[in-house]
Amino acid sequence: MAEPLLAIEDLRTYFYTAAGVARAVDGLSLAVAPGETVGVVGESGCGKSVSALSILRLVSPPGRIEPGSRILFEGRDLLALDERAMRAIRGRRIAMVFQEPMTALNPVFTVGDQVAEVARIHARASRAVAWKQAVAMLDRVGIPAPDERAREYPHQLSGGMRQRVMIAMALMMKPALLIADEPTTALDVTIQAQILELLAELQREYGMSVLLITHDLGVVAETASRVVVMYGGEAVEQAPVAALFAAPHHPYTRGLLAAMPRLGLLRERLQTIPGTVPAPTAWPDGCRFRDRCSSAWERCAAEHPPVYPIAPGHESRCHLAHEPARRDGPAAAGGRAVRA
Amino acid sequence: MSADGVDRARRAWARLSPGARAAAGVIAVFALASLLAPWLAPYRVGQQIDIVHLASLPPSWAHPFGTDRYSRDVFTRILYGGRVSLSIATLAVVVSATVGTLYGAVAGYAGGAVDTVMMRVIDALLSVPRVLMLIAVLALWSPVPVAALVLLIGLTGWFDIARLVRAQALALREREFVVAARALGAGPARIVRRHVLPNVLGPVIVAGALAVGNVIVLEAGLSFLGIGVHEPLASWGMMFQDATDQFVSAWWAVIFPGAAIVATVLAFNTLGDALRDVLDPRQLPGHAALEPPETAHG
Repeated sequence: MAEPLLAIEDLRTYFYTAAGVARAVDGLSLAVAPGETVGVVGESGCGKSVSALSILRLVSPPGRIEPGSRILFEGRDLLALDERAMRAIRGRRIAMVFQEPMTALNPVFTVGDQVAEVARIHARASRAVAWKQAVAMLDRVGIPAPDERAREYPHQLSGGMRQRVMIAMALMMKPALLIADEPTTALDVTIQAQILELLAELQREYGMSVLLITHDLGVVAETASRVVVMYGGEAVEQAPVAALFAAPHHPYTRGLLAAMPRLGLLRERLQTIPGTVPAPTAWPDGCRFRDRCSSAWERCAAEHPPVYPIAPGHESRCHLAHEPARRDGPAAAGGRAVRA
Repeated sequence: MSADGVDRARRAWARLSPGARAAAGVIAVFALASLLAPWLAPYRVGQQIDIVHLASLPPSWAHPFGTDRYSRDVFTRILYGGRVSLSIATLAVVVSATVGTLYGAVAGYAGGAVDTVMMRVIDALLSVPRVLMLIAVLALWSPVPVAALVLLIGLTGWFDIARLVRAQALALREREFVVAARALGAGPARIVRRHVLPNVLGPVIVAGALAVGNVIVLEAGLSFLGIGVHEPLASWGMMFQDATDQFVSAWWAVIFPGAAIVATVLAFNTLGDALRDVLDPRQLPGHAALEPPETAHG
């Protein structure tokens, strides 16, 4: 890969709670090349959203990014910047789109005002100039009659329109990186497709990179070129989209794929992965997935799996890379249970 | 923005109950009557018409609320007294609301140690009863200028508003739109100005309306004790105090200022309660983001 736009190295974001230290993100490394779309997938609680907030350094206490973590963006370590320099990056070089556009917009201001605000922060634009830019941006993200819509309040718009407004806010300054945290989860399926299409279109137009965070492998398949599968606060598998779907390596990735409904595949019930994500205060020793894995053996408890290369651009944090014969495991009889 | 404010005010008015509209009407009438006192009053303020023949007269056409023991027209004094009572109360509450809102917004949004220290300061100030604090100062400072009285009352009354705003700010800080604003590069000052203050305005207006009622009673109480406003100014509380010892012989000099106090306070409290219902964002469609904090007290 060419010089990456964003390189996260050993990111650890811990929350110091009364119940113990929650290691929400614990050793995440990933890179995003210029112009590339990287999908980050995983179940709730695997650390996806905290990772996104960590990149922008928006984790609030009791959360803390641990020393030794590095987030390199355009050649600078974001974790070494002061708050002022960081503020100049937020919204200008890195922008973020949130899951729920209703709550991510301030109910007491018009949407035009909120889009214009971004230009007022970063370009110190006058009220009139910022407003004009905001209307143009609303037009660009496909909002009909942007002149009138800009004067409306968030609750007067539909969910899809609100998400377009969020995208307009995020893209106002033409950032190099857009972080989209479950941007379509709160929307109807038909609207989802439109929003994803819009994002892809704007990405091509602006040449920006996108870090797409989702629990939906279908969304990733449609939009991303590379996938990072997260589990237990770390990346367990990274691969180009095609390779991941064709030849998933990590048992967790296989479980996710098996749990995906697919057309043309007759199944009585969807498969599920047994168990739930362990609490981030208590990752198991060794492999964090071993309690839910049908292939797990002694080594998985004894040794935290390193990143094994599987193929060019494809890596997996699973000892099976070393001992593939154990794939079907001793527990094969009962472990890979089909539970609904 | 201002046209929008008018629009919102109109919508709020449409949602007010008849009782609350009556309360707003009462307040408007009292405020207008006080404002126009020089034109409405049948006599000059403080004029002792004829202390020999016209003292302590019962209500009549010439003196609708009677005259007091110095032959002053009670109706005239109530009009002028309203100016004093209402303006002291309103201005003091403006002082309280301004100080309380800023203090609370800063504490709540800053959070952490700053918040803890700022709230402990309030706890310490609250441990001294407000009336006691005022009596202590006013007893030593007599006669106190009206401006100082307003400031003293205002500066001893902002704690509750600060706590209220702080709780709201604390909750707002975690709201997604505040996180989103930070993600877009907004700094703390901008966030407090744009995202915290406008969203706490409703509760502050409600608290302010209720506080006006309290301050009218407080001022009346201080004047009743003889340490509030001083002659030649008249406030309702002072008139009440002046006349209590003749309650049996000249009840009108007591009842009318008393009724003015009671009616005004009732009106402000009714209006405040109604505004609380109307401005409660949970009742506005599509305003889910403004739900009051679950962790209101910290």
